[in-house]
Amino acid sequence: MANLPYNSAEGSSDVVPESPSPERSTPTTEQQMSPTCFQTSMVMSSQETSLSPVIPIIQCDRSAWKMRQNESGLGPANLQYGLGDGKEEFNEHAALQQAFNYIRKATKKESTLEKHLQTVEDIAWKSGLGPKDIDTLLEVVLSSPLRAEAVKSRMLKCLIPTTLIPESAVVKAFSKLCTHNYSNSIKIIFFRWLIAMFDFIDHTEEMNSLYGFFFSFLQEESMSCYVCHLLYLLTKRENVKPFRVRRLLDFQSKVGIQPHLQALLSLYKSFCPDLVSISLPQKRKYYFKNTDSIWQTAVYIVKQRNQLPSLPSVELSVGISASQPQKRKWNSSCIIPKPTSSFTGEKKQKGGSTSLDVMFGVRKTFPVEQLHMFSQLLENIQNIQFPSQMCSVLKNSSLLHYLNCVRDETVWLRLYYWMNQVLKEGCTWCKVSNYTTEEEFKSFLDIVGKAQCFLQEGFPSSEVFLYRSLPLWDGTSCRSEYLQLLSWLPLGNFSEIRPLLCDSLAPLFFTSSIFHKCSVLYSLKQLLQNWLLRYAMRANVKTMMSTSSHTTLNVVNSVSELISFVGWLSTNALRLEEHSSFLFHFVLDFFETVSDMYLNYNLPLVVIFPCGVFYPALLTFDSITLNHLCYIMYRYRVNLTAAKENDVIRQERQKFNKTYQKFNEYVTALVDCLWTSTAFEKDHFLYIDPEIMKKTKIKDYKKSLNLTNHPALLVYSIYFLLQGWPGEKELALGTIQKKKWNWYLDYLLLEDLHGLHLFMESSLNVADSASSASLYPDAKRPKICTSGPISV
Amino acid sequence: MDSLDVPEFTPKHRVPPRLRDYFTGASPFHRHLESVRKQTSFGQTPFRRKIPECSPLQENFDPQRIAFLLHKQWTLYTLTPMYKFSYTNLKEYSSLLKSFIAAEKQKGLAVEMEEDFNFKVIFSTLSGVKGTQRDPAAFLVQIISKSQLSSKNAEEKVVWTGWFCCVYGDSLLENVPDDFTCLPLFLANGAESNTALIGTWFQQTFDCRFTRLTISAFNLSWMAAMWTACNLEHYVAATELLWSVPCSPQSLDISYAIHPEDAKALWDSVHQAPEEITQEEVDLFIDCLCSHFHRHFKINLAATRLVCVSTSVASAHTDGKIKILCSKYLIGVLAFLTELAIFQIE
Repeated sequence: MANLPYNSAEGSSDVVPESPSPERSTPTTEQQMSPTCFQTSMVMSSQETSLSPVIPIIQCDRSAWKMRQNESGLGPANLQYGLGDGKEEFNEHAALQQAFNYIRKATKKESTLEKHLQTVEDIAWKSGLGPKDIDTLLEVVLSSPLRAEAVKSRMLKCLIPTTLIPESAVVKAFSKLCTHNYSNSIKIIFFRWLIAMFDFIDHTEEMNSLYGFFFSFLQEESMSCYVCHLLYLLTKRENVKPFRVRRLLDFQSKVGIQPHLQALLSLYKSFCPDLVSISLPQKRKYYFKNTDSIWQTAVYIVKQRNQLPSLPSVELSVGISASQPQKRKWNSSCIIPKPTSSFTGEKKQKGGSTSLDVMFGVRKTFPVEQLHMFSQLLENIQNIQFPSQMCSVLKNSSLLHYLNCVRDETVWLRLYYWMNQVLKEGCTWCKVSNYTTEEEFKSFLDIVGKAQCFLQEGFPSSEVFLYRSLPLWDGTSCRSEYLQLLSWLPLGNFSEIRPLLCDSLAPLFFTSSIFHKCSVLYSLKQLLQNWLLRYAMRANVKTMMSTSSHTTLNVVNSVSELISFVGWLSTNALRLEEHSSFLFHFVLDFFETVSDMYLNYNLPLVVIFPCGVFYPALLTFDSITLNHLCYIMYRYRVNLTAAKENDVIRQERQKFNKTYQKFNEYVTALVDCLWTSTAFEKDHFLYIDPEIMKKTKIKDYKKSLNLTNHPALLVYSIYFLLQGWPGEKELALGTIQKKKWNWYLDYLLLEDLHGLHLFMESSLNVADSASSASLYPDAKRPKICTSGPISV
Repeated sequence: MDSLDVPEFTPKHRVPPRLRDYFTGASPFHRHLESVRKQTSFGQTPFRRKIPECSPLQENFDPQRIAFLLHKQWTLYTLTPMYKFSYTNLKEYSSLLKSFIAAEKQKGLAVEMEEDFNFKVIFSTLSGVKGTQRDPAAFLVQIISKSQLSSKNAEEKVVWTGWFCCVYGDSLLENVPDDFTCLPLFLANGAESNTALIGTWFQQTFDCRFTRLTISAFNLSWMAAMWTACNLEHYVAATELLWSVPCSPQSLDISYAIHPEDAKALWDSVHQAPEEITQEEVDLFIDCLCSHFHRHFKINLAATRLVCVSTSVASAHTDGKIKILCSKYLIGVLAFLTELAIFQIE
């Protein structure tokens, strides 16, 4: 964009207070300009206010524009509106042409003209103008017989390019501007437009050949700052001529020392130091006012709307280190530099050769600075060298891709050493140094986490850091970012990890808030998933080469230890948090992954969740929890049934018998409660002496946990009755029987209790499948999963 | 996934045990990681250490150069292993660093680059500053300013000095491949801004990382004990310990100076095995000093923090500054600092 080569707040030193951070454009206000410049700046500010009202017309939908079209009575084109996108674009073009044609001929202001003007404005601010339209519009504006200045300036402001601006259009327009008698304000708008859009002009050779003409506009004091700026952008070495220097100096002596003149002079001096003999203040920072951000945002909006990639190179080259404030400590942590080519590595390869040899070297290396896109990586993958500082790969996805296919261990070692240090220094709770704030460390952890996620692998340094810093962690600072490291621990022996991790994690877990507990459980779920994925991936490869049952056994042990650890955590956490349904969500989420391990990840292992999770979930007040529980039970059944065929499980029958027994116990309990209402009977899990139950004076307590009376489902049954039989004066849940019972089950499904439904379908032996009363509670028995691995 | 003859780029699961293959990992890096995994918490240090002694390689000392290292206050940094550093390229490095500094100093100014700068950068090796033959050679970087008056005999002044060394750094060297040069300890003397420039250049060029090395009170008490234990013919300074009392608005420092011979006598009464020092001995030594102080002034130093130790061998401050006074024990002092540095970077 038309970013200024010199930008800073340096007007006249007597007015301007020293700005604390002079680098990076701090827009200086008019007050900071020197008094001599004041007049011109007044002009500018009035321009600015006239520019801004155009903005609100940008509309996200086309309806307003269409409405206006309808009002203007544009005949046939109207009929096709809204038929399709292609059509609309076509119409947009047609409407634009029509408007141009009209404006070209219009001689006086009238309502039709206004409508056409608005059409142009709408289209321009919304989707921009193509090169041809820019050309036409420029021509229309500058050759129209209209006298109205306002109309012309409005039109000029619409010159927003979608792609490029043809140089020929600019040259044509400029020659018109030179030959016709236009007011200064039109000229100023034109120059400002040129400055703002300079980077969109496809060539500048011809424009440069008109350098002298541009230069001649310097005489006008009111526009000299714009002309200077334009010349600054346009000047080449051959344009610097003695007479121009003289002219500039004359002009300067006339109007006084002006920042824009000085800027141009300094450029001249840098091109031809022999021609400019005056001494320019060395440390002075020159300044052009960057006023036309409105145009720039308009271009940006148009680009975004047209979904063109908006100058990716520019975006990427402004890396983090470039935007870092300069005053930071040089080795303060958490700054990730931009990738830069390794210099010494190159030299060494060539054996201390001269730079010429490097230039004509046989193998051309592709500079990492230029690597922005994946396609570039693919094209140059043989010629890429890692950047001089390995850590810079962290924020560059192409380089991360590259890292992923490199075997060289030194690459990882370089990253390891660096990250080790930065994590240690940055860690706000370890207090090794006080250089970093929590925010900075947080964002650094986030970058590390993202890179790990990208590579699908944890960095060893973050693993080591986790073990070391966990005992000191307060459980709140950088929580989600820090716990993300946890989920990328490498798949290893859990018994080895346990003392490092769990001994400090567990006390913190139990003493922290429910949100902390949920985050930890979430990360542990991610950890489990990552481990399972890693295993599944490796198992996939191993089947092609050779199977190693030893590794499988290791993984099985590790995973089951992790699950039992989480089971223990969950059981206690649920008790501590009084079975909060929020916590239940995370606990059950974890066990949902567990229940599907065999089928999803091919791990010969099925681990049933602990009683401490199952029974509270069964007796919950929350229908979501109950539904989730039923779904998990359904998945367990599917997995257990499939696992019967597995060789490994067959071999370890003894161990897995227990799993089947436990599962059957749970199924029985679930069916006892919800369907058969036998949970309170002798030998069932909720058995309480009937004498005691009588004393509680609960009527019909046996049925109090069935599908209609269960506290989690009571809402549904009541609402079911209210909706179905609104006339009934008394709500009798007992009446949900036979036909109503079936309707009720359908109703529950409609209410998205899918888990319940799936469980019911899979786990209930229907006594008489044909009869309509088939699902009547008393008629069913739990379908028990045969305990032995050999199917019956 | 089809054939085995794609040597360079293969999908990740075909890559032989990298970091992810925990179970089968066997490279030095893996072994290193294993050891790090086992070493659980921050602040684990050896329980006993050898008494600092003269290095067998100390004969190679160039006395003039060593004298140059003494009696100066050095700011301590740790440095992670340098990638692709080569001792044969020192000359090239000095010219690269020189132009880097020149470019950095002129950043933002629209002036022409002069060919001849008014300073020069010199890289040179420090032979003999190492504990074993395996230790990589130490080297020195100096910035020398030439006075503006431009005659050939113009006075040259050293404005900044920094040196890199590794003394008895076996524990680090074991696990590092040949591409890396391990000089974990960096000492700088001169303006911080110059340290920043040079550090930045090293970080960019050799993919390493500088960190300030601070010395904990615990390690300072070790230093106090070890340096008291040194046998010196004559003492140049009193043994002085500085305790800091955290109180507002300004912290209060308590200085505790002892005659070096008294300190040595106390140490000898505490010390048992002739070759090594144990943690108990260190604790006992400091406790004795504190209780002596308490008897006289009724101030309990154990409740304050040790921030500075100075003896005739060397003096060290908790914020990572050191001054070495005695050439005989230079290697011993550096060995302990190297140990601390390695501990910090691992």
